[in-house]
Amino acid sequence: MYQQVAWIVSIVLIALLAIAFFYVVRHSRREGDGAAVAAATGRWRGRLLWGVTLLCIPVVAYTLTEMPYARQAIANLGAVEVQAKGYQWYWEISQTELPVGKPIEFQVTSADVNHGFAIYDTDMKIVTQTQAMPGVVNVLRHTFEQPGTYKILCLEYCGVAHHSMMTELHVVAQ
Amino acid sequence: MNMQKEMPAVGAVKVYAAISGVVILLMMVFGLVMRMTQGQMLPIEPNVFYQLMTAHGIGMVAIAGLGGSAVMWHFLGKYVNLRAGFAWANLAFFLTGVVLVLGGIFLGGFAAAWTFLYPLPANGMGQWGKHAAAAYMGGVLLVGVGMLLFYLESARAIIQKYGSFARALGWHFLKSGQDAPPATVIASTVVTLINIIAILIGAVILTMMLVNLYVPEIAIHPLLAKNLIFLFGHVFINSTIYMAVIAVYEILPKYTGRPWNVYKPFVWAWSATCLMVLTVYPHHLLMDYAQPLWMHIMGQIVSYTSSLPVLALTLTATLGSIYRSNIKWDLTSALLVLSIFGWSAGVIPAVIDGTIAVNQVMHNTLWVPGHFHLYLLLGCVTMILAFTNWIANKEKAAGFSGLEKSMLWVFAISAFAYALMFLLSGQASVPRRWAVHLPEWLAYSQIASLFAAGVVISAMAIIVRAMGGIIRPARQA
Repeated sequence: MYQQVAWIVSIVLIALLAIAFFYVVRHSRREGDGAAVAAATGRWRGRLLWGVTLLCIPVVAYTLTEMPYARQAIANLGAVEVQAKGYQWYWEISQTELPVGKPIEFQVTSADVNHGFAIYDTDMKIVTQTQAMPGVVNVLRHTFEQPGTYKILCLEYCGVAHHSMMTELHVVAQ
Repeated sequence: MNMQKEMPAVGAVKVYAAISGVVILLMMVFGLVMRMTQGQMLPIEPNVFYQLMTAHGIGMVAIAGLGGSAVMWHFLGKYVNLRAGFAWANLAFFLTGVVLVLGGIFLGGFAAAWTFLYPLPANGMGQWGKHAAAAYMGGVLLVGVGMLLFYLESARAIIQKYGSFARALGWHFLKSGQDAPPATVIASTVVTLINIIAILIGAVILTMMLVNLYVPEIAIHPLLAKNLIFLFGHVFINSTIYMAVIAVYEILPKYTGRPWNVYKPFVWAWSATCLMVLTVYPHHLLMDYAQPLWMHIMGQIVSYTSSLPVLALTLTATLGSIYRSNIKWDLTSALLVLSIFGWSAGVIPAVIDGTIAVNQVMHNTLWVPGHFHLYLLLGCVTMILAFTNWIANKEKAAGFSGLEKSMLWVFAISAFAYALMFLLSGQASVPRRWAVHLPEWLAYSQIASLFAAGVVISAMAIIVRAMGGIIRPARQA
């Protein structure tokens, strides 16, 4: 969902910006009252700063409630623990058949360099991710809502075969 | 106190600008080759792709730094006494470093991406050896040493003229409302301060990694290394824009007849930026769950706040300065205005990606090069091209031929569409830094390649034309 939201919001705001530029450039030839334009610029500057501030405060506040780390802090009640370890250039995953609708705790690390542990759904869209770092265990909790074959892709550049570092998870109904 | 000395571009600045133009063009060609390879339109092997990717990344960061330095040196030199020897010393370190970097990549096979994320440089898996990694990292270190000399000289000159950084930042003006330093001095002081810190941090991690290459027993914690690398990298690349935007502050008023006035919010904004740009880098580590929670939250909040002050003021001031100004349009003024659009547009998807919940599904996808190509290609590089064109025209407004207008529009549309293709690919979850794309992603790369070709062709026309003006000896009056 966030992919679409990010795309639409970006395009709309960039379009508004482009309209502002086109408008100003179209009205750049004829000379106007410099003092009046400066005063208007000051007003628009205030509007922009206040407008963006008032828009951003609720957005920041809301999205901070959606952080993935909050879920990591919740006690691991009945989660299926899965160890995932990245190597140049393959994944070693302790269990690849997982239940739908049950929390899964991926304990992600690396044996060599940094890798990215990204879970792609059956439509090849990212559903969640974390980094796989040597000497560090990143705990990623996720509950699969739909059965199917999910893919794990490496999203941190790790050398010449980075792009072939893929494996699958099979999420099945119980 | 703030009398501006008018003088033509001197040798070092011209050489900086000329090298910047040539290298920018070469890096654009690398970008085109990479996108065509991803679209299966060129049979480039993955090892070569990743070498090109590493060269493109470090090449663009370094040349944006050099091009930005040219802008800053040229205009700061009108207010403070900069010694040209330091500009030449910086260039000597830069060129020596570049030779080492290119040798490490294309002779040694080094391809650990420009970010040289520890411990990948020491783990080439047969693709490169430790000497190639050392050449690359040693080369980056030398480029950094040159830049450090440059900023230490600008720091000395600023303090000599203004007495302290506080006065050069305009803090006295906040109290008294009198004797504001020029916008160029304020921006240059901020860049000087943040880049001295950033380069020293970069030097620390590069030295640690060079030691680790030859004495692997002396290990580094990977999370610490990543923090240091991204603190250095983020500040340095942001500084390139903050240096290049001085071209807008200095050149645009000559076209509009409206001075770029310094007022209190402008001073506040730049001072706030000084602090925020140093604390925003954790947004690069949002998917490192082991990072302390407060750093994640700080990363998101500062992402929203750091871009806003200077950008909002520069954006509104740019639009206000050209609205009904009877501006004289030529290639320089058009590129300057375009660059502020590119910078502003790029910040939008960048801030969105700095939102933790979004980053969870966008991190390390092509969304990331999408936003930074907007504010680097259509922002920073466009500012540098405008500056190069300005000094090529002997710092005067020029005519605007039909060919120039055509090239400008091709460049603007191609660069914009090229960046949008990255964003579109990112929302489709296409990973960044993949040499080989899955069949369902090929169309994105193929369409992007068309726009990349448009960027290369139009930029070539703009750069070649500017090179002619820079190289041609100045006519005697």
